[in-house]
Amino acid sequence: MFDNFPLWPDRASSMAGKVDALYIFLIIVSGMMTLLIFTAVVYFAARYRYRKGVPAEQIEGSTPLELTWTVIPMGVFMVIFIWSAVVYFKMRTPPRDATEVYVVAKQWMWKLEHAEGQREINELHVPVDRDVKLIMTSQDVIHSFYVPAFRMKQDVLPGRYTVAWFRATKPGTYHLFCAEYCGTQHSGMIGSIVVMEPAQFEAWMSGGSGGPLSATGEKIFAELGCATCHRADTQGRGPNLQGVFGKPVQLEDGRMITADENYVRESILDPGSKIVKGFKPVMPTFQGLVSEEQVNALVAYVKSVSQSGAATGKSAAATEPEGVSGKAQGSKVQ
Amino acid sequence: MATGNIPPVEREDYLNKHYGVGSWLFTTDHKRIALLYLISITFFFFIGGFFALLIRLELLTPASDLVQADTYNKFFTQHGMVMVFFFLIPSIPATLGNFLVPMMIGAKDLAFPKINLLSWYLYIIGGIMMLHCMVTGGVDTGWTFYTPFSTAFTNTKIVEAGLAIFIAGFSSILTGLNFVVTIHRMRAPGMTWTRLPLFIWAHYATSIIQILGTPVVAITIVLVAAERALHLGIFDPKLGGDPLLFQHLFWFYSHPAVYIMILPSMGVVSEIISCFSRKRIFGYSFVALSSISIAVFGFLVWAHHMFVAGMSVYAALIFSLLSYSVAVPSAVKVFNWTATLYKGSIHYDAPMLYAFGFLGLFTIGGLTGLFLAALGIDVHVTDTYFVVAHFHYIMVGGALMGYLGGMHFWWPKISGRLYPEGWARLAALIVFIGFNLTFFPQFILGYLGMPRRYADYSHMPEFQILNVFSTAGATVLGVGYLLPMVYFLWSMRYGKPASDNPWNAAGLEWQTQSPPTTFNFPEEPVVTWEAYNYDEIDKGQKEVPQVVG
Amino acid sequence: MAAHTESHNPALLHHFATEEQQRNSASFGMWIFLATEVMFFGGLFCAYLIYRRWYFGDFAAASTSINAKLGGANTAVLICSSLTVVLAIWAAQTSRRALMIGMLILTMLFGLTFLGIKGIEYADKFHEHHVPGPSFSFDHEEIPGNPGHYANPHHAQIFFALYFIMTGLHALHMVIGLGIFTWLLWAAWKGRFTPEYHTPLEIGGLYWHFVDIVWIYLFPLLYLIDRHT
Repeated sequence: MFDNFPLWPDRASSMAGKVDALYIFLIIVSGMMTLLIFTAVVYFAARYRYRKGVPAEQIEGSTPLELTWTVIPMGVFMVIFIWSAVVYFKMRTPPRDATEVYVVAKQWMWKLEHAEGQREINELHVPVDRDVKLIMTSQDVIHSFYVPAFRMKQDVLPGRYTVAWFRATKPGTYHLFCAEYCGTQHSGMIGSIVVMEPAQFEAWMSGGSGGPLSATGEKIFAELGCATCHRADTQGRGPNLQGVFGKPVQLEDGRMITADENYVRESILDPGSKIVKGFKPVMPTFQGLVSEEQVNALVAYVKSVSQSGAATGKSAAATEPEGVSGKAQGSKVQ
Repeated sequence: MATGNIPPVEREDYLNKHYGVGSWLFTTDHKRIALLYLISITFFFFIGGFFALLIRLELLTPASDLVQADTYNKFFTQHGMVMVFFFLIPSIPATLGNFLVPMMIGAKDLAFPKINLLSWYLYIIGGIMMLHCMVTGGVDTGWTFYTPFSTAFTNTKIVEAGLAIFIAGFSSILTGLNFVVTIHRMRAPGMTWTRLPLFIWAHYATSIIQILGTPVVAITIVLVAAERALHLGIFDPKLGGDPLLFQHLFWFYSHPAVYIMILPSMGVVSEIISCFSRKRIFGYSFVALSSISIAVFGFLVWAHHMFVAGMSVYAALIFSLLSYSVAVPSAVKVFNWTATLYKGSIHYDAPMLYAFGFLGLFTIGGLTGLFLAALGIDVHVTDTYFVVAHFHYIMVGGALMGYLGGMHFWWPKISGRLYPEGWARLAALIVFIGFNLTFFPQFILGYLGMPRRYADYSHMPEFQILNVFSTAGATVLGVGYLLPMVYFLWSMRYGKPASDNPWNAAGLEWQTQSPPTTFNFPEEPVVTWEAYNYDEIDKGQKEVPQVVG
Repeated sequence: MAAHTESHNPALLHHFATEEQQRNSASFGMWIFLATEVMFFGGLFCAYLIYRRWYFGDFAAASTSINAKLGGANTAVLICSSLTVVLAIWAAQTSRRALMIGMLILTMLFGLTFLGIKGIEYADKFHEHHVPGPSFSFDHEEIPGNPGHYANPHHAQIFFALYFIMTGLHALHMVIGLGIFTWLLWAAWKGRFTPEYHTPLEIGGLYWHFVDIVWIYLFPLLYLIDRHT
C-alpha cells in the first residue's frame, strides 16, 4: 500500500488478496464498532457529567436492547466466520496437479527438494502462476513455514507430514520465516521464496540436479531391499505398490484408509501399526535407518509408480482438504 | 468526590490490631492476607516488567546486539511465565477479591481462612522456586513450553520452572475453592443472588475456571517433567508420542486462564462505573449472566490457538465457530457499561478514568480477537506480533487497567487514606498514552509478518521504525506504572485520612470502617436493598462533596 | 468484636454464624476439591484413552503383562475399605465409639493392604524391566489374539508410563488419605466426634470414597484390556 509506511506485505499469491479483503472488512467493522463505543463513552461522559442538583436517572435495563445487541453482533460474527471459513478451506485444500516440493525443517534451517531433484537450503525457487504444494516434516522440534507475502503459514511437525500450498502471482523475492519458536536460532531460520517468470525458472531448473526425486527414491528402494517383498511382477510377501498411492486400502482390522503421504511414511517407519488385509506383519521398521530426505524420496517413488507413464512428481491426491483423508489414518492427533 | 473527615480518635482496625511479623505471617484475616498478596504480586509485576523492558530494549535495533539470542529467549519466556502465573492470575482475586468478597456479602471472613493463608504460602513457595530457577539459568521455551522442544531438546531448567508453576497453581485452585464456598454459604441474610454486586458474580465465574481448569495444566506439567526425566514417549514422536496432545492439554487450561485474568477486572469496572455514574449498572442480570457464560464457553474454544498446528480442517471450523460465541457476552458487557453512562451523573475521579481506559482498550483488544478467530486471517497473523498486541490489549489494557482502577477505588477502604487525586489522574493518562504507543504499532508489525519471539530481525530492517515506537511507548508506560507505586506508599503516611465511605458508594464493604476492623461488621448486616441503590443513597443529598487530594 | 453471650459448641469457628453453615461449607468445600481432583486425573485419563485407541494392540499386550488378579484383589480391598468408612461415620452418628474407632483402624489396614499389594506389583514390573526409562524392554511380546504380531516397544512404554503415573498418583492420594485417617483416628480416640459434630469424619470419608472411585475406573481400563480368558 503506502510505499514508505506499508500496512501489509506484498500481495504475491492467489490467496493474498482474499485474506486482505477479509482483513479490510474486519478493520472496517472493528473501526466502526470502536468509533461507536468511543463516541458514546466520550459523549455520555461529557453530556452527563456531574452537575449540582441533577441526579442520575435509574434505568434498570431494556430487554429488547439486550436482545438487539446480542443478536446483531452474533449475525455479524457469523458472516465473518463463514467468509473466513471459505477462505481457510481454500487454503487447506491443495489443488490437483500441484507441483510438489518436499521440505525438511531442522534447527535452524530449511531444506527443500523439488520433485525434479533440485535441492535448496533456505531458498525456494518457484515459477509464477503455478500451484506449488509443500510436503513438510521436521527433523527435530516443531517449526512453522511462514511466507507473509503469500499469507501462508503451516506448522511443520516431527514425526509426520503437514501440507501447505500456494500459487505465486508476482515475481520477486519474499521473506520465509520460521513462525514457531524452536530454540536459539529461531530468529535466524530465515529464507526467501524466489518467484520467477516461467522461462527464467526453466533456466534455473536446468542448472543441474541429481535427477528427479522419484528416481532417487527408486534407487533407495532397491538399495534397502524393499523390492524383495514389494515385487512389481508377482505378489510377494508385501503388497504390490503399483497403483497403490492415493487409493483406498483395506487393513486387516477392517478399517479402510487412503494411501496418502502420511500412510506411506508410517508404513516405512512404523510398519506394525497398519497391516494390509491378507498380509502378515513381517515388515521390519526402517526408523533410524533412513533420513527424512530419504523417506521423502521413497514417498515420491511410490507416488510415481501409481501414475501411468514416467514419474512426474505431480500430486494425484484428493482435492479434499488436507487432513480429511487422514480421518482414519495416522496415529496422530488431528 | 471523596470526603476526608479526620476521625477524632485512632480506632482499632485490622492493621493496628496486632503488630509484629508473626501477626502478619500467621494471620487468618482475609484482609491481611490480601495485603500479603498485594506486596508479593507487586514484586513479581516488577520482575516481569523488568524482563519486558529488556525485551523492548533489544528490539530497538534489528540485530541481536544487546544480548545473545539464548538470553533473549529466556527474557521473553520468563516475562511470560512471571506475568501470567505470578502476576495476572492471582492479581485481582488474591488482592481485591480476598479483601472484598467477604465484606461485600456481609461475612466476617472467607469460609476457610487457614486455607486462604495456605494459598499465599503456596504462592510464595512457587514464586521463590521460580526466582531461583531464573537466577540459576532460567528457561527458554516460551511460557507455552511446547513439546518436543521442552521435553527433549532444551537443556534449561524446565522441571524446576514447571514445579514452581505447579505449586502456584494450587494456590490459585484453593483461592477459587474458597470463593465459591464463601459466596454460596456465607451471604448475610437478605443478600440474595440477585442483590450481589457484579464484582462477586465476576469472581464466582473466575473461581469456577480456576477450580476446573488449573488441575489440567498441573497434570500436563507432571507429564512434561516425567517425560524429561525418564525419556518417555508421551509427547515425543520418535517414541510414538504426539506433540499435538501436549498442545491440546496445555491450551485446555491456558485458554480459560485468560478469562481468569479478565473476568475479575470486569467485575471491578462494574463497581466503578456504577459508583461514578451514580446509578445501577444497566442490564444487571445480563452482565451477571455474561460472566457465567464467558466462564462456560471459555472452556470450549482452546484449539483456536492451534489453527495452523496440524489439526483437521473440521476441528478448526468448530473451534472458530465457538470462539465467536464466546465473544458475544464480552460485547454485551461493554454495551451495558456504556449504557450505564447514559443519564448518569458522572464524576471523573481516577478510578473512573481507569474504567474509561478499560472500555476503550478492552474494546479494541476484544475486536482484534475477532480477527484471530477468523480462520482465513489467523493463518497469516498467528505467531506474529498481531497476537502479542491482541493479548496485551486485553491483559494490560483490560485486566491491568481494571486492577489499577480497583486499587484506587478501594484504597481508602484498604489503607484508611486518600491517594493524591491529581497525581492519580496524571498517572492514568500516562498509562493510557504509553500503552497505546507500545502496543498499537504491534498490530501493524504482525500483519506485516514480523513473527513473535524473534531476538533478531536484521533481515527485515523495515520493521525497525514500528519497534522503536513500541519501545518508546514502553518507557512511557513504565513511568505510568511507577507513579502509583510511589504515591500509594506516600499516602500511607502522608495521605489525608479517609472517611468510611469517601465515594458515597453502594455496597456492604463501604458500611465498614476505613480501614475495617478485623471482623468487618460490628454485627451481622441484614440486607433489604437492591445492589447499586444509588437513587436511595443520593436522595436528599443536594451536593456531593468534592475530593481535595 | 462483640462478646458472645450465647454458648455454642467449641468446634464452631468464629467466622461462621451457625454450626449448620460451618458443616455445609466444609462439605461443599470438599466436593469442590474432589471436582479439581477429577480434572487432575482427567488429563491422564484423556491421554490414556487417546493412546489406547491408537495403539490398541500394543496396549493390550502390555496390559496382559500386569497382574489382573492382584489388581482385582486391590479393588475388593478398596471397596471393603469404603464400607468400613461408612460404618465409622454411622458409628459416630449413633455414638458407638468403639465401633467407630474399630472401623477407622480397619479402613487404614485395608489402605495399607492396598499399598502393599501395589508394592508387589511394582516390584514385579521392575524385575521384568517394564519400568519406563533407560532399562525398559518389551521385545517380542505378542499382541493378544494376533499370533506372530509383536507389540511395538515404544508404544508399550507409553502404556507403562501412563500405568505408573496414574497408579502412582492414585497411590500418592492413598498415602495422603492414610495420613488424614491417622489424624481422624487420633481425634476419634480423643472423643472429638459426637452425633452433633463429626464433620471431619464426613469430609475425610468423602475423600476416601473418591480415591476408591478413581481406582474403580483405573482397574478395568488398565488391567482388563482385551482379556478374553
